[in-house]
Amino acid sequence: MRKITTDIAIVGAGSAGLCAAYQARSAGAEVLVIDENHRPGGQLFKQLHKFFGSSAHRAGTRGYVIGRELLERVEKSGVTVWLDSVVYGMEKDRSIGVIHDGENIVVDAKKVIVATGAKENYMAFPGSTLPGVMGAGAAQTMVNINRVLPGKRIVMLGSGNVGLIVSYQLMQAGADVLAIVEAAPKIGGYGVHAGKIRRAGVPILVGHTITRAIGEKEVEKVEIAEVDDHFRPIPGTEQIIEADTICLAVGLNPMTELLWMAGCRFCFIPAFGGHVPMHDANMETTVQGLYVAGDVTGVEEASSAMEEGNLAGVSAAASLGLLTFEAAEERRKEILGRLDTLRSGMFGERRRTAKEKQLAETAAYEAGRRE
Amino acid sequence: MKNDVIICRCQEVTEQEIIDAIRDGASTVDGVKRRTRACMGLCQGKTCERLIERIIARETGKNPAEILPNNARMPARPITVGLFRDKEGE
Repeated sequence: MRKITTDIAIVGAGSAGLCAAYQARSAGAEVLVIDENHRPGGQLFKQLHKFFGSSAHRAGTRGYVIGRELLERVEKSGVTVWLDSVVYGMEKDRSIGVIHDGENIVVDAKKVIVATGAKENYMAFPGSTLPGVMGAGAAQTMVNINRVLPGKRIVMLGSGNVGLIVSYQLMQAGADVLAIVEAAPKIGGYGVHAGKIRRAGVPILVGHTITRAIGEKEVEKVEIAEVDDHFRPIPGTEQIIEADTICLAVGLNPMTELLWMAGCRFCFIPAFGGHVPMHDANMETTVQGLYVAGDVTGVEEASSAMEEGNLAGVSAAASLGLLTFEAAEERRKEILGRLDTLRSGMFGERRRTAKEKQLAETAAYEAGRRE
Repeated sequence: MKNDVIICRCQEVTEQEIIDAIRDGASTVDGVKRRTRACMGLCQGKTCERLIERIIARETGKNPAEILPNNARMPARPITVGLFRDKEGE
């Protein structure tokens, strides 16, 4: 078993990890980014649609373009990126076990940034393990990255932005989306996305759920039904849709295993996807020298993930003495200002409240620990 | 009744088996895991863990904040044991 050392190790080469890498490297740190995928960029390269928000957040620019530019900056900056490399664990001393190029390597970094992102929630119903039932994010990867159509006749469960955007992208790729089924009484995502879907003639059935997938060896039919106020299917309201694919867009949850292993403290914030790691304003967890950024800290979106990555990168570099206190503070102030804009408005307010709660719980825990 | 819903697809554990484990005294994801093998397959609970948390909350009335994920252990991803052997095969 080989051991290597570096200044900063970053797990995950998505939006947050790449931004953190760029910031830390720009400050002069030796940076190693590790990702299990064949290509870096995380979810960014799947985002064929234009981003929203302010010009500071590249509104109007398509996600994959932002990804390409970020990747170029990172590559030029001299960051080492290990791809196809699996991080299988982390010890309490923050050392990381990695399988890289068929070899078991322990990475001992002065600071570690975990930017592992999130994974899709699932839903279970009779037939939900039949081939043809998949996460909406998985379907998006198939269509936008691998250019493979997961099916021809699709029923989407969930009308949040993921459900709406992926439905539209499946249609652009040539599939028929027969219906978007939503248990809540109203559409979850942005009106602009829902409008596109509706104009294309796809019904969005609110107050409905999927009760069954029917088929011998794969999905052949989908049974849906109306739900009552407690989201229970109402008997007698069942309808059958002839479909070959069911996509589940029912939320995401942070991928936190490494942080639990390292001994981080967690708090429970449903708006962020459940148990999330406590962290301070510098993105440092309750384990000293271990930072977090992006969806692993609580599910938000790509622009916030990038800003949290920037913040973690600057903070980790500053704690190594590579930036003066003043220089670090100045950068942090700029980043926090942009994050504040992202967490405002009709859709951002909920995330702002959630983040404030997470920071407050962390502060309370740290105060208790000092006593 | 709940025999036709599979919660842990890796280990083929049904919703009824999860409910039975809870009635047998399991009040945590780890408790369900030890009784049923749910979360012990290839994906290590990445698909079913959330579903199990929800079933525990529903069946026991426990606050979701108190239902923790299953104990995270290495390896977090499936890897072959052979990788831990050193090059000389010692």
